[in-house]
Amino acid sequence: MSSNPPPPPLPVPQPESERYWHGLRNREIWLRHCESCHDTYFYPRDICASCFSRDTSWRRSAGRGVLHAFVIVHRPPAPAFSSRVPYVAGLVQLEGSARIPTNLVDVPPDPGHVRIGMALEPVFEDVGPDTTLLKFRPVR
Amino acid sequence: MSARDIAIVGVAESDEIGKVPHKSALQHHCEAAWNALDDAGLDKREVDGLFTARYSPLTTGEYMGIRPRYSDGTWIGGGSFESHVMHAVAAIRANYCEVALITHGQTGRSARRPPLTDRFGVGHGNVFDSPDPNQPHLDYESPYGLVGAPVMYGLSCSRYMHEFGETRTREGLAEIAVATRAWAGLNPKALVREAMSVEEYHASRWIAWPFRQLDCCLVTDAGGAVVVTTVERARDCRKAPVWVLGAAESHDHGMISQMPDLTRLVAEETGPRALGSAGVKHADVDLAMLYDAFTYTPLLSLEALGFCKRGEAPDFVRGQRTGPGGSFPMNTNGGGLSYTHTGMYGIFLIIEAVRQLRVECEARQLSNCRIALVNGLGGLLSSASTLVLAAD
Repeated sequence: MSSNPPPPPLPVPQPESERYWHGLRNREIWLRHCESCHDTYFYPRDICASCFSRDTSWRRSAGRGVLHAFVIVHRPPAPAFSSRVPYVAGLVQLEGSARIPTNLVDVPPDPGHVRIGMALEPVFEDVGPDTTLLKFRPVR
Repeated sequence: MSARDIAIVGVAESDEIGKVPHKSALQHHCEAAWNALDDAGLDKREVDGLFTARYSPLTTGEYMGIRPRYSDGTWIGGGSFESHVMHAVAAIRANYCEVALITHGQTGRSARRPPLTDRFGVGHGNVFDSPDPNQPHLDYESPYGLVGAPVMYGLSCSRYMHEFGETRTREGLAEIAVATRAWAGLNPKALVREAMSVEEYHASRWIAWPFRQLDCCLVTDAGGAVVVTTVERARDCRKAPVWVLGAAESHDHGMISQMPDLTRLVAEETGPRALGSAGVKHADVDLAMLYDAFTYTPLLSLEALGFCKRGEAPDFVRGQRTGPGGSFPMNTNGGGLSYTHTGMYGIFLIIEAVRQLRVECEARQLSNCRIALVNGLGGLLSSASTLVLAAD
């Protein structure tokens, strides 16, 4: 019986989200933008969920944003995360753009150091041969 | 909608609830159904409407030997059962069925294999997972450890604390934890009944800041069932009918990162809609049964439903107001926090409301309970299903 817990799941790009995931591999953040209502949204879908227009494009984001909400995880929610606790899970509000689920890194995982509203910048983390995750750290 | 034409005539739990390693989930469904039909004095062969969440009704219908002419598999999380009551009312009024059976059964604690949607030992895909492999939660949230209800609901609570004050919110959560446990002390079927002190609450270990252990509901094995029928059929049932005066439902997202505003529930719509259609005002409500997956959810629900203004719930619950002897009784069964919570708790809200309205609650019985508001929540604060029930 293996004592190593399974790794966290890797995302599986869907046809509609391949540009997003491949973009992260290239250290780029590409998000869907609606040409009708001008909403830049997450997660990628071909049809805008706000106005239902099919006139959507891809726009590159600089990835600057602020922390919108966070949790400091102490009890691992699954065996895959048992070696990671404590860690910070959160939502980042990108400037003029979408809200993204993510982790905060390079910050002590306690409420004294993590504040809603803090300015964040992107960190690209390779987690597999073809997979990169988008995480964030406080702007230095 | 405020006509007294559709009634709940039978409610029951499964035979054993809590830590029950020797019963399957479907057994819980079936025992609860048997007990609820017995409570109503109805025969299983009279059931012609079947309502099931999480399982397809094909499976529960097969297990119980029911062949419905109205079938509903609405699955919007733990509040699906309140929606099932609403849908039963509509189906009965449309003459699509006459005796509606809503069942629940889940071995949240003791299941013998992990959910089939488990991926890489992470646990279920999402709290409302479906079998299709295209699951946004697994791609956009799970890889970041944004997994499990405490982490996901905690995001909303962090935002609430930011907007309305961390210390006073924390005190409000403690009030709810202690008050709900006090009700559990009066419920022989509650799993955890020992009185909780405020000190004990504040000392309980962190699960996912801002949630402590005592902010989080239990994980148990249990089943529950509810039987709904017409006023004509109700006259021949064993007990006084409980009238469904009003009902409303909505949902505005699935996974937590897609919640439009992290501190606003769609209950802001469903509460007024259910009360309005019932012709009932907030001040008329004698009992509030508000889904407590966490201490935080009733706090937010009180505001969303309109019992107090946004940001004021911590003041509203102060001084054990929602506990035994308090002026706003809430979750008198001991809640998901201390009575039972299988993973989907909403059916138990209905069961307790009906029992209070029928004056069956013995040590925890409210005096003069005539109107109950039942608010089911589902998913990741995604859905709200609100019922207004009245004693005969």
